[in-house]
Amino acid sequence: MLPKIPIGLWVEKIVDWAQINLGLLFDLITLFFKNIIVGIENIILLVHPLVIIILVFVLVWFIANRKTALGAAVGLYLIYNMRLWNPAVETLALVLASAVLALLVGVPIGILTARSDLVHRITMPVLDFMQTMPPFVYLIPAVFFFGLGHVPGLVATVVFAMPPCIRLTGLGIRQVPVELIEASEAFGATEWQKLTRVQVPLAMPTIMAGINQCIMLSLSMVVIAAMIGARGLGMEVLAGISRLDVALGFEGGLAIVIMAIVLDRITQGLSEKRKIKA
Amino acid sequence: MSKIVVKDLAKIFGDHPVKALKMLQEGCSKNEILAKTRQTVGIFNINFEVKEAEVFVLMGLSGSGKSTLLRCINRLIEPTGGTITLDGEEITGARPEAMREIRRKKMSMVFQRFALFPHRTVLDNAAYGLEVQGIPQEQRREKAAQVLEVVGLKGWEDSMPAQLSGGMQQRVGLARALANDPDMLLMDEAFSALDPLIRKEMQDELLSLQNALNKTIIFVTHDLDEALKIGDRIALMNDGTIVQTGTAEEILTKPANDYVEKFVADVDRSKVLTAEGVMKAPDPVVSLKDGPRVALRLMKEYGISSIFVVTRERRLAGLVLAEDAVRAVEENKNDFNNIMIKDTPEVNIDTPVIDIIPVIAESRFPVAVTRTDGRLAGVLVRGSVLAGMVRKGENAGGAA
Repeated sequence: MLPKIPIGLWVEKIVDWAQINLGLLFDLITLFFKNIIVGIENIILLVHPLVIIILVFVLVWFIANRKTALGAAVGLYLIYNMRLWNPAVETLALVLASAVLALLVGVPIGILTARSDLVHRITMPVLDFMQTMPPFVYLIPAVFFFGLGHVPGLVATVVFAMPPCIRLTGLGIRQVPVELIEASEAFGATEWQKLTRVQVPLAMPTIMAGINQCIMLSLSMVVIAAMIGARGLGMEVLAGISRLDVALGFEGGLAIVIMAIVLDRITQGLSEKRKIKA
Repeated sequence: MSKIVVKDLAKIFGDHPVKALKMLQEGCSKNEILAKTRQTVGIFNINFEVKEAEVFVLMGLSGSGKSTLLRCINRLIEPTGGTITLDGEEITGARPEAMREIRRKKMSMVFQRFALFPHRTVLDNAAYGLEVQGIPQEQRREKAAQVLEVVGLKGWEDSMPAQLSGGMQQRVGLARALANDPDMLLMDEAFSALDPLIRKEMQDELLSLQNALNKTIIFVTHDLDEALKIGDRIALMNDGTIVQTGTAEEILTKPANDYVEKFVADVDRSKVLTAEGVMKAPDPVVSLKDGPRVALRLMKEYGISSIFVVTRERRLAGLVLAEDAVRAVEENKNDFNNIMIKDTPEVNIDTPVIDIIPVIAESRFPVAVTRTDGRLAGVLVRGSVLAGMVRKGENAGGAA
């Protein structure tokens, strides 16, 4: 048999090298995102929970309907009542920051994959890798690079949540009927005009589905992110597990489910609103 | 002057078109090229010219390459070889920016399945061409609203395309194409997706629009009746190349080969053929100054029972019957004054056969065919009309 190929060792070498040589860069990145997450947290915590619950009620009523809005308000009040408001806000800040970052990177990459077969062929296996590699595996280097706390959680969440955003954006753009692309070109549109006036608007429902998936997956990562020190509801669940405290674990889990449902209704409502308009 | 000239145009689909193009020029067949190089020949050896303000129809069954050819003209599909010249300038080599300018200002396209943007209102669809040119919103909307009114969609500006019927959607497509005032319209099976009644209505409307606008139109269709109705000239395509170019009448009466002949076999000829196609030559005629004796001699010589009398400018003067001529000769008269029938039926040379039939049916005499300036162009007798309807090319059949 051939001697063992030291793949693991090679990766370790690369990680070591990056840690030594790119330390300053990682520190800056860490600082930047940490401030963003903490900033979001602090802004939300400035406002009284009941005010936020009312705001969410109005928002959901506006983009969905009254019944959904009522459900969302009751759910959020339950989180407040379980004394889980602060961890919920921490989780929300992490999820929002991760989702926004995943979108900022994912949507443009998705557009590129739709426009170039080469980019598509390179990106797809990378996405497969990102989606199937167990998250625990990249938690370790994430900690090496970004220390403990929010930021490695954010990075791990982005890695996990970005692929559907890229895939669905690319799919949406590829699905725009050929005739409409031809029509756009036949009237002398530039590439940019074609993209912004025809392709992206028509792909919007699919892109919105990607955004929805991205947020949902971000939420599903919070417990794992908690293992490397990202505070929030994940931390509560983790504490419940380690202390074998069923009550604590269940309450934390329930709060995550409620947040997921509320965020899902908001993003779905937004994409449906677009569809009706179109 | 020719608006657009297409020379030796070819499109080959595949990764190595140059080699296939060379084989084409050496005279290899499509199948040979496919077998040897795995390249598909879309169109080849395409040559035609379209005159200013002409409606030129590219006609052929699906797979004949007509849509590919149309898309080569605005280079949605990049031709592999040959040249296209628009207003004396070659556009086959034009740089992307120049080509974009041509698409914006000189040629617009109308699509088979309308290809309207579903996320834009009717007004914003019509204004799309102006929008990509960077014309300010107010100006382009004003222009788009005008064009929508021209195509009969006033009041629908704020609707979404999906709320409109097929016929109305294609009107939006037409408005979008007309909004940037192009010289040329490229219409790809523009009416094929509409149901027959609406299709006919749209054809009529296109023709009346064309009367007012005088665009140069290249119209692709697989429907022969549509081609015959709309086209000033028709290019019939088969298997990637043009097999015949000509007016509707030329294609019907002088098919270039068996394919064309078979293709046109089912056409209702009475709607397409005009007097010109079924008349027989006006021989013999007798001149006003010649008198009854000459007329009688000619009739005997040709074995006919009546003869047309023409003036010196070959304008129709009247008709003389054999028995009247005999009487005039017996009475020793030297002119036609009393014996000439002046109110003989007469049709214009462009009259379709379907309108000629009743005239012939009611007339005891041969029917004169005159040109617009009144000169005698030919004679219609029942036999020649019937012959012309049945078969091609037998313009002068039958006897008077």
